[in-house]
Amino acid sequence: MRGAHKREERVQPRSWQKPEEHKTKPMSYAIEAQNLTKRFGDFTAVDAISFNVAQGEIFGFLGANGAGKTTAIKMLIGLSRPTEGDASIAGFDVYRETDQIKENIGYMSQKFSLYEDLTIAENIRFYGGIYGLSRKRIKTKTTEIIQELGLEEYVNRLVGDLPLGWKQRLAFAIAGVHDPKIIFLDEPTGGVDPATRRQFWEMIYEAADRGVTIFVTTHYMDEAEYCNRISIMVDGRIEALGSPAELKQQFQTDSMDEVFLKLVRA
Amino acid sequence: MQRLLYIIQKEFIQIFRNKAMLPMMTVVPIVQLIILSYAASNEVKNIRLAIVNEDHSPTARLLVQKIEAADRFLLIDFPASVAQGDDMLQTGEVDIVLTIPSQFEQHFYREKRGNIQLLVNAINGQQASVGAAYLNIIIQSFNQELQANLKIVNRNGQPPAFINVPTANWYNPELNFKYFMAPGILGELVTILVMLLTAMNVVREREIGTIEQINVTPIKKWQFILGKLIPFLGIGMVLLTVGLTAAKLLFGIPMQGSLFVIFAFCALNLTAVLGLGLFISNLSDTQQQALFTTFFFVIIFILMSGLFTPIESMPQWAQYLTIPNPIAHFVSVMRSVLLKGSTFWDVIYHFRVTVVLAVVFNTLAVLSYRKVE
Amino acid sequence: MIKIFLAFVRKELFHILRDPRTLAILFGMPVALVLIFGYTVTNEFKDASVAIFNEANDDLSYQLVDHLTASGHLKLVTSVRTTAELEQAFQSNQVKMGIVIPAGFEDDFFRQRKADVQLIADATEPNYATTLTSYARQMIATFQQNQNGTSGVQPYQVSTEIRMFYNPQLEGAYNFVPGTVALILMLICAMMTSLTIAKEKETGTMDLLLVSPLPPIVIILGKVTPYAILSFIDAIIVLFLGYYLFDVPVRGSLVLLLALVLLYLLVALALGVLISTKAPTQQTAMMTSMFALLMPTMLLSGFLFPIASMPSLLQYISKIIPAKYFIQIEQAIMLKAAGWDAVAFPALILFIMLIVLLTAAWRNFQVVYK
Repeated sequence: MRGAHKREERVQPRSWQKPEEHKTKPMSYAIEAQNLTKRFGDFTAVDAISFNVAQGEIFGFLGANGAGKTTAIKMLIGLSRPTEGDASIAGFDVYRETDQIKENIGYMSQKFSLYEDLTIAENIRFYGGIYGLSRKRIKTKTTEIIQELGLEEYVNRLVGDLPLGWKQRLAFAIAGVHDPKIIFLDEPTGGVDPATRRQFWEMIYEAADRGVTIFVTTHYMDEAEYCNRISIMVDGRIEALGSPAELKQQFQTDSMDEVFLKLVRA
Repeated sequence: MQRLLYIIQKEFIQIFRNKAMLPMMTVVPIVQLIILSYAASNEVKNIRLAIVNEDHSPTARLLVQKIEAADRFLLIDFPASVAQGDDMLQTGEVDIVLTIPSQFEQHFYREKRGNIQLLVNAINGQQASVGAAYLNIIIQSFNQELQANLKIVNRNGQPPAFINVPTANWYNPELNFKYFMAPGILGELVTILVMLLTAMNVVREREIGTIEQINVTPIKKWQFILGKLIPFLGIGMVLLTVGLTAAKLLFGIPMQGSLFVIFAFCALNLTAVLGLGLFISNLSDTQQQALFTTFFFVIIFILMSGLFTPIESMPQWAQYLTIPNPIAHFVSVMRSVLLKGSTFWDVIYHFRVTVVLAVVFNTLAVLSYRKVE
Repeated sequence: MIKIFLAFVRKELFHILRDPRTLAILFGMPVALVLIFGYTVTNEFKDASVAIFNEANDDLSYQLVDHLTASGHLKLVTSVRTTAELEQAFQSNQVKMGIVIPAGFEDDFFRQRKADVQLIADATEPNYATTLTSYARQMIATFQQNQNGTSGVQPYQVSTEIRMFYNPQLEGAYNFVPGTVALILMLICAMMTSLTIAKEKETGTMDLLLVSPLPPIVIILGKVTPYAILSFIDAIIVLFLGYYLFDVPVRGSLVLLLALVLLYLLVALALGVLISTKAPTQQTAMMTSMFALLMPTMLLSGFLFPIASMPSLLQYISKIIPAKYFIQIEQAIMLKAAGWDAVAFPALILFIMLIVLLTAAWRNFQVVYK
């Protein structure tokens, strides 16, 4: 229960643990969003959401299917232009500085998106390459990732032949191949068994320990408990925001499930 | 630059790992080249002929012998009557019925004229007229032989003046249709294959979701497009090399001009085609949509490329429509340079147009590739 | 059962008609093909560009040049003074033929009673070259007759009376309209059905349908019926365009023609189903349909290229191409006004093909789904 143990330590955002980053960056937040809005014609998918995520924080982004989570995440990572509002990622503006944002973030989409017809090493080399890593750096990264995931025997296997759980952990590792400041995860654990999900979250904690900010969407309420803070989206709006403990207190219940149900039914 | 190389490397790995892809890029085009060069030819031979000989004179027999000796005709039968010949035409047993009327010989010597009747199945107008023309040539030379045996003078008592018309068929003296078809078909095959592969490529990444992953990386549009373009360009060039070798070995097609011009034009033309393929791919959501769109363009491009029927025979407006057709330029350059030895300066028009096409299509490809919704 | 089946067909039909790209293939393709074949695919030459290489420069040679260009079929583009210049004109695709009039042409003609005019053709395209030179020869022959004052019928001339049957104006449309019907039906029926069924297999929805209470045969029928209806409409569109734009008649019985269109359509559908039972993905289905159906239908059915001129191997292959028999049927009914007895044989062959294909498709289907 390594994850559960660690959770206790991290109820508070830990940006203070890395004071040197404060000097290089005047911005104390990794992600800032102000009234961020996206409309498709008459339909408002994301309705003026505002929140901040501190550096090194694990921020859970919850909501039912169709609540606007994926649209929101796409605006933050520069795949979709906001209709209104402001947001900055690692201090860079989502309208004007998308290129700098992309250098500083990693992303893992809900659709598995490594190349199944490439081997593990080839996938790492490709993504490392297009992030502009040096040949040497790619080599060390490859060794690192393979050791971390315990995939030594499978280096030259096609990714398509791996079980889903391994694929997803590999996808996460590759999302961090260029040591981004922030990693966005869009429903990363869909369709895998609880044991694999646990392993996956251990990787998330390790990344957070290195100071990486994690922004994760999920609809598993037990996963919500692993986050430092969570927001819950309903119909395009953020209806609740706080640590799991705070939210449970606010809604006077002792499970996140209940919090969620109360919000959605309201 | 470094980033570009990684994309190219990845594309090549994927292409060569796909088991269906390699034969599709090597064996299939070569087989097609061979079959098409044999099948897609407008050469008219083995014309099936029935002769109704109502005369049976020595002169008539001489004519029949001359026709029998010609290698373009298959003499199927000698029906007894024109009506029987008619029936054979109706059922499709023969293509042409030739009738030598009774007293043909008598007529010719007494009334100084003769008449031979041809009934031609003209549903395919072109084949019919070519077939009839071949028969006519035999009949006319037979006529000249008959005339040569007689002393003919005109009103002034002089023999009639005569213009001799020797004909030279340059560049293809044996009138070998394969010389004409193989280079054009090769150009067409290379173009289609490259266009299909590219059109399917980006949309495939969209279908499997990897495109989103690429889009969140700091990679530039032009790097991505170039990274897709270069591998397929390479494949096209290899295919051209293999195809030219096969055409040379199998059909002995002449190579009069500079192969350098051929390869340079191929590279330029494929760049244009790749841009078009990527443009289609960018506009499609599924592979099926991309296929349908490409298919539609490809069929129109081929039929209007001058590959099977000359562009000069098209109406003016249709000739204008061939200007944005990359296959039309490729076919023309292949034929001019290989068969006639045209130089770069002779085909510079095609280079100029294709440069414009390449710029337009690739601009469209870059513009339509949207990283941001 | 019938009700469910009809509902299923209606759903599929709507599904097809919703996608604009599919619609473009379904209805744009036949129209585009008819227009392209009708207006642009022709071998006739007009305004053929020629170069004159006149070494004589005498009156008679000028008269000859005037005579040749007066017809309107030959267009004088350039005059050259050397063979090298002529070669240059060929290489830059400026001209298709050179006419060489040697020095002393007039003198030779009137004094020696024999003169030469040489024709040099760009024979890269053999048929074009042959047609062009034979036309020029004819023009020179009439010039010679005019000069001899023997216009009209010469003595001891064997004239050939040519009667073009079924298509006296040599209209290309008489040939391509039947061919296009055969091609379009194959394209839509076989390719589209194989693609749709392969798509269902690829996305896994086929399994979903197969566990439904409908028997598999009804599901397959429901999938193919919309394409059958649409391609039947396409066939009618092509015939209609052929009739109104290019005056291609239906001289025989329209009912008989449509009945046999239906037979051919079933053969195409059976082919599509057979391919889809074998092909695991859309891409495979597409490639198979393209190379096993479309190419042979275009190349070996005899409507674009004469089968008789092909090597014997290809001639044998052409005997198993359904389109070949169907085009025979169409031509017989439409152009030769033939009745049932004349088309019975090709129709019987198509029918046998249908039975064989259906049996094969059914057996494959059993293997895959039972």
